[in-house]
Amino acid sequence: MEHHIHSESAFLVGIFDDEDVLMSGVKKIRNSGVKIHEVYTPFPIHGLDDALGYSRSFMSKAAFLFGVTGFTCLVTLMVWTMGFDWPMIVGGKDYVSIPVLVPVGFEGTVLFSALGMVATFLTVSNLYPGKKPFLFDSRCTDDKFVMAIDLTKNKLTPEEITSIIKNYGAIEVSTKLVQAGDLD
Amino acid sequence: MAEHHSVSYNLDEQYIFDPRIRRNAIIAVVVGFALVILGIILAATGGGHEAAHGEHAGAAAEHAGAAAEHGASWLKRLFANLWINNVYFTGIALCGIFFVAVQYAAWAGWSSLILRIPMAFGFFLPVTGVLMIIYFLVAGADVAHIFHGHGLFHWTVEGIADEHSPNFDEVLASKTWYLNFGFFMARMVVYFVVWFTLFTIIRKRSLQEDIEGGLEIYDRNIVFSAIFIIFFAVTSVMAAWDWSMSADPHWFSTMYGWYTFASWWVACLATITLATVYLKEQGYLKMVNSNHLHDLGKFMFAFSIFWTYVWFAQFMLIYYANIPEETNHFNEIFEGFGGKYKGMFFVNLLVNFLFPFLALMTRESKRKMTFLKLVAWGILAGHWLDFYLNMTPFMLGDDGGIGFMELGVIAIYAGAFVFVVGTFLAKAPLIAKNHPMLEESLHHNQ
Repeated sequence: MEHHIHSESAFLVGIFDDEDVLMSGVKKIRNSGVKIHEVYTPFPIHGLDDALGYSRSFMSKAAFLFGVTGFTCLVTLMVWTMGFDWPMIVGGKDYVSIPVLVPVGFEGTVLFSALGMVATFLTVSNLYPGKKPFLFDSRCTDDKFVMAIDLTKNKLTPEEITSIIKNYGAIEVSTKLVQAGDLD
Repeated sequence: MAEHHSVSYNLDEQYIFDPRIRRNAIIAVVVGFALVILGIILAATGGGHEAAHGEHAGAAAEHAGAAAEHGASWLKRLFANLWINNVYFTGIALCGIFFVAVQYAAWAGWSSLILRIPMAFGFFLPVTGVLMIIYFLVAGADVAHIFHGHGLFHWTVEGIADEHSPNFDEVLASKTWYLNFGFFMARMVVYFVVWFTLFTIIRKRSLQEDIEGGLEIYDRNIVFSAIFIIFFAVTSVMAAWDWSMSADPHWFSTMYGWYTFASWWVACLATITLATVYLKEQGYLKMVNSNHLHDLGKFMFAFSIFWTYVWFAQFMLIYYANIPEETNHFNEIFEGFGGKYKGMFFVNLLVNFLFPFLALMTRESKRKMTFLKLVAWGILAGHWLDFYLNMTPFMLGDDGGIGFMELGVIAIYAGAFVFVVGTFLAKAPLIAKNHPMLEESLHHNQ
């Protein structure tokens, strides 16, 4: 990390204490021209990602591809071992009989997509054992909803933004300096 | 939080059964009758398959009066069709009640806006109930000897449990404690009476709730729903044995109850989806948005996979164990009767599994009405074929087929279903406006 230029950026941190206020507030705050960096909540809120204007995650496509990979791998394994490498008759069936491949193919699909999704999610979220999470406000792990706004990416002044988010339900607003790398 | 209610909805919506739809439903029934008559004429006059009749040995040869009953084979085919459609539509109506009961018992919120739709399905039960008794008396057990004692159900043949009779069948004799005329009829009556009674109670309370509001009615409906679910769990399985599995009475499968339920249930979910989409297209239920549709789509997607899972679980064990008395069932479908059902065997899997699986896999497809309609129609056609395949080879064998008669009977039942459900949907407000979970449904988001 030495080659990184150590820079700081200032964030406005708004605290909300009601899910519904937050939900309706997010849309209006964005409509007022404020760019929201992220909202941290103690539990998932349905529709919040839509309200924040996030595009769909690619996780479902990843799941599909992992599933197809798993299906192909295990069916190939079955066909090769049972049909070619060491042909065996089991229960009077053909060496390669399609119904026999279904449970294995199904399990392969499930196993690969489940493990693949976990691995993908941990990777893209930059989560690893011993990771020290950066929290704008530790109350987002308890009972408050925390909205972070990157001032360097907003044209409005901090005072204007503060008044906007207070107007739409933030119970307190503070400023926080963030080191580069904190948000990785 | 006043801004939450920025859009106001009309919760007093009343469905008016569109005269055009009513007319089309009646036309469907009339056209259905015309097709049936055309099918009968073709079947009664059509030669050509006479030759095939002499060939078949094995299972069909045990019908002593095969030659004598030949003259009435179209009549038998007609009744087999009526029976199959009756069983299918009974299941759709019944699962409509089950859907309502599940939503109550699970305290489901998202569905409270559309609850009145499946609640109208239950009114088709008395229709199919009465018809089923008639069909069973006339054709199932052949009490009037129209089919010379060989009705649709082989276990009803006279002397089947009598050692001295030429019709004696040891396997079926051992099952007469369950498969006998009196018990079968009694069961059928009890199923329909209890299903319909519980349905009436639940619906009546729901309508009362529109006027009175409060939580008491909701709480009590949860209790009645739970009672219905317990009763349904047992009787839906027994009904599957009675009405469908006993068409092949030597054979049995412990998966059969689940399997038939899965078929009924997914067909019912497709019907609910279609009804919701068409109501929306007519301008009703504006507050039902793509999130509700998404849930219905997920339901169809998930239970199509569930059906396949159960189908395969049943098939796989029989395939692997390879016990002749079990494999016989699939052999008859797969290779029996000159292989005439073999193609349908694969079509069944493609339409009921592969098609909904691929078509509804993405999120967007579950949220688009055109996609949902396409898949729902596919599922409805596919599961009709599923019921057809489970019964026709064993009821009709060589005489079975898909032609004008089959299409006609489907049209009659579909038309009648739309007519009855539409009529009763129009008799109550479209939205249970005092349902305690309605607020959640209005803001359903995912």
